[in-house]
Amino acid sequence: MKFGVVNYPGSNAADCYYIFDRVLGHPVSMIMSEERGLDGLDCVVLPGGFSYGDYLRAGALAGIAPVTEQLAEYAEQGGLVLGIGNGFQVLLEAGLLPGAVRRNKNLLFRCHDVFLRVDNNALPFTGNYSKGEIISFPIAHGQGNYYIDEQGLAQLEQKSQIVFRYCTAEGQVIPAANPNGSVGNIAGVCSEQGNVFGLMPHPERCTEEILGNTAGLRLFLSILDWWGIRQQEGVVAHG
Amino acid sequence: MFEASIYVTLKKGILDPDGKAIKQRISSLGFEQVKEISTGKYFLLKVNSQDRTAAEQEVRQICDKILVNLVLEDYTFELREVER
Repeated sequence: MKFGVVNYPGSNAADCYYIFDRVLGHPVSMIMSEERGLDGLDCVVLPGGFSYGDYLRAGALAGIAPVTEQLAEYAEQGGLVLGIGNGFQVLLEAGLLPGAVRRNKNLLFRCHDVFLRVDNNALPFTGNYSKGEIISFPIAHGQGNYYIDEQGLAQLEQKSQIVFRYCTAEGQVIPAANPNGSVGNIAGVCSEQGNVFGLMPHPERCTEEILGNTAGLRLFLSILDWWGIRQQEGVVAHG
Repeated sequence: MFEASIYVTLKKGILDPDGKAIKQRISSLGFEQVKEISTGKYFLLKVNSQDRTAAEQEVRQICDKILVNLVLEDYTFELREVER
């Protein structure tokens, strides 16, 4: 399985690259944003950071970069796409995921661990979690306040597109557990087909024992497991 | 040549934390008659075109594609002919 990490100017692409290259020991390439370099990849990761300085709006300028235009075709064909933090913002701006993010309601840059409830564990990215499980990931953002109108929210709920919600340690999805004002405590959503997933929390920052938390590693292992099953079923090529 | 003044505002009902924070400070300065402050963005675009309709269409396309996030924001613009 071949992974690609997109490197927009200002992305923390090395963080994600490291997970595949060093933690998982898996083939991965760095894809430059001005090129259409996604051919042959099985999963594309848009990392966190501040793409193009986040001028105009977070993720807006990256949303119209050449690689993102190719990404739309790639996703349309069923390719796996994971957007983390700023990568999530890029997917929203590019229209690959529904909704938008606003500045955090409390105007603060929030940088701490949060609890998340897994609402959808049937995705290629979440198979190693159980439905309703409470996990902890770190967040680090000033603009993660997810917004979608009521009609859009109803559709997300109906089609199980809400993947993670901010919750308390006991799993209560309540305003007190919401770090940024997101509608419905939403921390991550997926596309209708489930092959595009974006989230504000950072799974790549909790993948090793030395960091005190490996909950994020299971997200990356989920992708590999999903791919392995597809290989056994002969749906995807070996290699 | 045409010049477009583009005004981008948050849609009705979308929370404006910046506006709210500014309003609080302004009230504490003693301007108690100010009841509300909304923030937005302003863009000035120069379009090298002879044709008003074509220029208008181009400005609209640019707004829809990149300058404005239509999930959160609305926009209006004024177009005027200017010297080259």
